[in-house]
Amino acid sequence: MTDASIQTQGETGEAQFGDYVALLKPRVMSLVVFTALVGLLAAPGSLHPFIAFFAVLCIAIGGGASGALNMWYDADIDRIMKRTAGRPIPSGRVTPNDALAIGLTLSVFSVVMLWLATNWVAAALLAFTIFFYAVVYTIWLKRWTPQNIVIGGAAGAFPPMIGWAAVTGDITLASVLMFGLTFLWAPPHFWALALFMKSDYEAAGVPMLTVTHGRRATRRHILAYTFPLAALAIGLAFTSVGGPIYLAVAVVMNALFVRSLAEADSYKVEKRYFGFSLIYLFLHFGAILAEAALRPWGMGGW
Amino acid sequence: MSFREPHELHKRRWSRNLGLGLVLAIFVSLVFGLTIVKVTQTPIQFPDTQATGDQ
Repeated sequence: MTDASIQTQGETGEAQFGDYVALLKPRVMSLVVFTALVGLLAAPGSLHPFIAFFAVLCIAIGGGASGALNMWYDADIDRIMKRTAGRPIPSGRVTPNDALAIGLTLSVFSVVMLWLATNWVAAALLAFTIFFYAVVYTIWLKRWTPQNIVIGGAAGAFPPMIGWAAVTGDITLASVLMFGLTFLWAPPHFWALALFMKSDYEAAGVPMLTVTHGRRATRRHILAYTFPLAALAIGLAFTSVGGPIYLAVAVVMNALFVRSLAEADSYKVEKRYFGFSLIYLFLHFGAILAEAALRPWGMGGW
Repeated sequence: MSFREPHELHKRRWSRNLGLGLVLAIFVSLVFGLTIVKVTQTPIQFPDTQATGDQ
C-alpha cells in the first residue's frame, strides 16, 4: 500500500525518451518531411545529397519544435478533448516547462542549422513558419476566431516552399503555388475532421466553425474552398514543377474531391472525405515528385 | 562485488539518458559530415587570394 503511494510521488513527470519524441507530433512531421522533400527535389538546380538530407531534417525538427510549443500552450484544452487527452503533457508524462524548453531550443537549433547548411531565405521561412504556428495560430487565433484553421493551415503549407528555397534561395511562382495547394487544402481537411468530432471542440471552448456557425455553414465553407483549390491545383500543372502526370492526377483528384461533397451529410461520409483529403494531398505532391524524378531522363515536365 | 547496484534514478532515467546521448552523437556526426561536404564542395579560400588590395 505504502509502496504504491511512494511510486506515484516519485514517478510523476518522469518522462521516457518516447514521450519527448511524441511532443514533436511525429505524424504531422511525416507530412512536413514529404512535402519539404518534394519542394526540394522539384526546385531547379541541385543540392548535395547530404545537405539535402540535412535541410529536410532541419525543416522536420523545426516543425516538431512548433508542435511542442503548441502542446505547451494548449495543454489546458488538450486535457478536455478526447482525441488529445493522451498527449504527453495532459497525461502528466512531460512537464509543461520541459515542453517549452524543448520547443524553444529545437526552434533555434533548426533555424540556425538550416541557415548554416543552406541559405538565409530558407532559414527565415522556417523561423516564420514556427512563429506562425506557435504564436499567430496557437496563441492568438485558435481560441479567438472560427477562421483559426485557415491560418493554422498556412503554417503547415510552408515546408515545400522552404525545401525549394533551400536549393534556389528564392521564392517563385511555383513555390508559392505549392504553398497555396496545402493552404487551400487545409481548411476543408480540418473542417471535415471537426464535422465528425464536433462535441469535442465544443467542450474545450475552441471556436471551431462547426460550433459557432453550425454544420451546414461548415459544409458550405468546405465547398467554397474546394473550387479555388481545384483551380490552383490544376494551375500548378502549368508551372515549372508540373507536367502531364501531374495534370492527369490533378484533374482526376479534384473532380473526385468536388463530387464527394455533393453526397449527403453523415458521420460516415465525413470521415471518408477526411481520409480522402489525405490521399488527395499525398497524390498531388507525389505527382510533382514523379515529374522531378523523370526529368533527368528527359521525360518529366512539359 | 566491486560494482554497486545502479542508483534508482539512473534506472528510471535510462531511456532519457540513452536517447539524449544518441541524439547528441548523431548531431555531432551530422555537423562533421556537413563540414566535410562544405569544405570539399567549395575549397577553402586562402586570405592572400583576396587580400591583394590591403597592402
